[in-house]
Amino acid sequence: MSQITVRVDGVTYTDEVEPRTLLVHYLREQLGKVGTVVGCDTSNCGACTVHLDGAAVKSCTVLAVQADGSEVTTIEGLAAEDGTLHPVQKAFHEMHGLQCGFCTPGMIMASVDLLKENPHPSESEIREGIEGNLCRCTGYQNIVRAVRQAAGEMSAPETTGAQA
Amino acid sequence: MIPAAFAYARPTTVEEALQAIADGGEDVKVMAGGQSLIPVMRLRMAAPETVVDLVSVSEMRGVRDDGDALVVGAMTTHHDVLVDPLIAEHAPLLVQATETVADRQVRARGTFGGALAHADPAGDLAAVALALDAEMVIAGSGGRRTVPAADFFVDYLTTCLEEGELLVEVRIPKLRGEWGVRYEKFNRVAQAWSIVAVAAAVRRENGHIAEARIGLTNMGSTPLRAQATEAALAGADASAAAIAAAAERAAEGTSPTSDLNAQADYREHLARVLTRRAVSAAAGL
Ligand SMILES: Cc1cc2nc3c(=O)[nH]c(=O)nc-3n(C[C@H](O)[C@H](O)[C@H](O)COP(=O)(O)OP(=O)(O)OC[C@H]3O[C@@H](n4cnc5c(N)ncnc54)[C@H](O)[C@@H]3O)c2cc1C
Ligand code: FES
Ligand code: FES
Repeated sequence: MSQITVRVDGVTYTDEVEPRTLLVHYLREQLGKVGTVVGCDTSNCGACTVHLDGAAVKSCTVLAVQADGSEVTTIEGLAAEDGTLHPVQKAFHEMHGLQCGFCTPGMIMASVDLLKENPHPSESEIREGIEGNLCRCTGYQNIVRAVRQAAGEMSAPETTGAQA
Repeated sequence: MIPAAFAYARPTTVEEALQAIADGGEDVKVMAGGQSLIPVMRLRMAAPETVVDLVSVSEMRGVRDDGDALVVGAMTTHHDVLVDPLIAEHAPLLVQATETVADRQVRARGTFGGALAHADPAGDLAAVALALDAEMVIAGSGGRRTVPAADFFVDYLTTCLEEGELLVEVRIPKLRGEWGVRYEKFNRVAQAWSIVAVAAAVRRENGHIAEARIGLTNMGSTPLRAQATEAALAGADASAAAIAAAAERAAEGTSPTSDLNAQADYREHLARVLTRRAVSAAAGL
């Protein structure tokens, strides 16, 4: 067993893990963060995508021991503390970017990562940016629309707030 | 879905890594980005006794200018290759090929050195290393040695790395003169490996092609150079007709496999077509 200390969705955990434990299994089974799901055996589907030190990774293809000393954000840590959805979450909801919802946590985490690097992606840049995420329901059309809407909302000037 | 149990070491220097490999028992695997190794371990196609994780060996990461060559640390991730200004300036062919590798999540972890050491014939970066006459710097218990890319790739998933050795860095000679480059990859779905791909670098001089270097992905058990096409292009007109004629010879000397994605003769066809496209683009046509 190895001891790791990881900050996940803003909370620091110190745990014993086997070196072979995959990050996704640590998140789901030791921390109960079941929002992150496993959809394949081949590192293809992207359903397990989380942010590791700010970059989207497939948590089925990272060992939990490798996250020692790192910061992990899962889909469960994306909304504000008062429950206000992240603009990408909100856009997936409003634009019907999901049907069964299985791919959605990974799609959203990959999209947030894409928008951080490229705040104004074209449609083809969105499609390439989420090429590591497979959806078996939607045909991607509404997912791409959702990411576009979120990009617009995230780059729009603040309409509320203290500074007028 | 869960790898077999293994002991885990996370050295922080090349020296420590070599020691950890030596101490690791019979079956030791080094792990770079883990993007090929972890899937293989999950499927229990590999079940090493010890995994030596290179992720914290910072001296193996990053890109530096060494005069005539760029030196790219083996642990430099695909993502870091894509945003590196030195690589953009001196090795744009590597940028083009790396853009086609996998997807953004895999590129965030997977490394240049790991992809080369893995030596999958469908991998995109080996043909680029070969076309650019890169040299592999290898560390072992007896010191360091440098091996040209042409001697590094030995067979399917096999390099000249001996047990206990590490690929530390890759020297990529800078292209001097008026070079154009293009990586042409043919695959059918998102994040897929190449069915065939062609890496071309072309130096033009007074309306002629002075020199062409062409690396082929997935046209045999190792990456290959399209030698007959290279020879036909040396000194040729930079014209569509001359390039098309030379590209007809792109599959000479290759031995592609037949698999679920393509039959061997179709791969030969692709090599000719993609070579014509890549060389034309690299020559500015
Ligand atoms: C979904 C998916 C799609 C992909 N698509 C593509 C693609 O289109 N094109 C492509 O080229 N690649 C593709 N890849 C592979 C990707 O490029 C990997 O990053 C790469 O093959 C392995 O790099 P790594 O750093 O993850 O190495 P690892 O998986 O850590 O290691 C791979 C092998 O190399 C050995 N090794 C690693 N580093 C060293 C070193 N420094 N010295 C000695 N031995 C070493 C390891 O022991 C292991 O055997 C894909 C991978 C996935 C999961
Ligand atoms: S579970 Fe499919 S990529 Fe991780
Ligand atoms: S909504 Fe069902 S897999 Fe995407």
